[in-house]
Amino acid sequence: MPEPLLKVNMLDAYYGDFQALFGVSVDIAAGEVVAIIGANGAGKSTLLKSIAGLMAARPEAILFDNEPIGGLPAFAVAARGIALVPEGRGLFPSLSVEENLEIGGQLRRPGPWTIARVYELFPVLAERRHAASTSLSGGQQQMVAIGRALMANPRLLLCDEISLGLAPIVVRDIYACLPAILAEGTSLVIVEQDIVQALKVAQRVYCLQEGRVALAGAAAGLTREAITSAYFGI
Amino acid sequence: MIDWINVIIQGVLVGGLYAMFAAGLSLIFGIMRLVNIAHGDLIVLAAYLALVVTQTLGLNPLWSLAIVVPAMALLGYALQWFVLNRTLGDDLLPPLLVTFGLSVIIQNGLQELFSADPQKLQAGTIEIASVQLVEGIWIGLLPLIQFALAVAIIGGLQAIFYRTALGRAFRATADNPAVAQLMGLDNRHVFALAMALSLAVVAVAGVLLAVRANFDPTIGPARLIFGFEAVIIGGLGSLWGTLIGGVVLGVAQAVGAHLDPGWQILAGHLVFLGLLAVRPQGLFPKVRE
Repeated sequence: MPEPLLKVNMLDAYYGDFQALFGVSVDIAAGEVVAIIGANGAGKSTLLKSIAGLMAARPEAILFDNEPIGGLPAFAVAARGIALVPEGRGLFPSLSVEENLEIGGQLRRPGPWTIARVYELFPVLAERRHAASTSLSGGQQQMVAIGRALMANPRLLLCDEISLGLAPIVVRDIYACLPAILAEGTSLVIVEQDIVQALKVAQRVYCLQEGRVALAGAAAGLTREAITSAYFGI
Repeated sequence: MIDWINVIIQGVLVGGLYAMFAAGLSLIFGIMRLVNIAHGDLIVLAAYLALVVTQTLGLNPLWSLAIVVPAMALLGYALQWFVLNRTLGDDLLPPLLVTFGLSVIIQNGLQELFSADPQKLQAGTIEIASVQLVEGIWIGLLPLIQFALAVAIIGGLQAIFYRTALGRAFRATADNPAVAQLMGLDNRHVFALAMALSLAVVAVAGVLLAVRANFDPTIGPARLIFGFEAVIIGGLGSLWGTLIGGVVLGVAQAVGAHLDPGWQILAGHLVFLGLLAVRPQGLFPKVRE
């Protein structure tokens, strides 16, 4: 197996005195799609926030391209090519749709994604480009959040619960855009509570349980029983 | 009648100055929820800086802006980077206490260096030049320049905020500092740029204040109050509202002073309190563009 693009090695994470992650190790290869599943509070979002630089971490606990990035500030991590679509989308309400996309690309990392390409991927956003980002429907807002992350031309895209609070048909639309993103060689980590959706797109799966990796393996090789027991700890 | 029109015009023109006091204040509060208690003293500091520049270089005060504005902007960047960024967090109290301390330090430092004697910047003949608007109504050239500068500065800030990448970064960081970092924005740098911009406006306000009237090291806190009042009257978050707020305050003070010279400040405060009671959100609360 080639050197992974991202290597999380024995990562611990804390909120004050509360430890949220216990020695979590995760590998992601270039061009790979990895799903991270688990119940509420299992530490999925914490893992993504740690990778993106929003949590304190040992430098060597997170290697990107063989370089330690653990604990780097988020803006420095972003500059290296890791983009996070945060849970709850986190759009900027004072910015229009187009401005949200522009600010996603303000690092000017070279790559295939431009505003025009994002509008091609999500045509509905082109029609609403001057609207306040908060006036959009939930699904459209999620498209802005994904488009904004793509504007950074990331090598690794982290998606935190992109299906949360959306109607199933909208979730299907959102997931339909993933092949176009992967076609550009971007690696993808999706955090989901919706296991079915996650298993459909991912090559490999990690299941977190109470801050630890309870199960890891190829998506195709996991039995429903194994997932259930890793998910609920029974 | 002519008399009253004159009074109101004077009030409007002074209001431009108050709007300048206010603009820098609301900029900082809007972007990083920092209430800068030292804002008024920084205005006075800029006035003293202009005093030194004009005396050592023999420049006209208005030309001294070319030095005072960049110097204050640099000071603002450094102040934010080295001091105020460390005070920002979930708690509003630390920045309040630190800027309060800064206010004390600036006031006493200026007293030590320049004594408590009142000073004034001499702008020469332009100070007494005036233009006749209509029969019987004369407007001082200097107050007019001052007001024009205030309008230009508010317009400039508005353009920076809504038309530039810097303004976009300001708004994004104000909305959600954590997510702004994910976009590659270094909050510390964005905040320092905001403070630099705020103190650049402060510099203009300080010089104009010093040309208009006597100043001494202790007048800062009152300018802070005028700035606060203009922001609140105009409505938080609206730059043009701030200009109107400054004008309302200026007119109220001018009318008060005309009725009785002792009522100038009181009249301003009363109008402010009245508006706060009737319309606490201000005249032009933030509306989305």
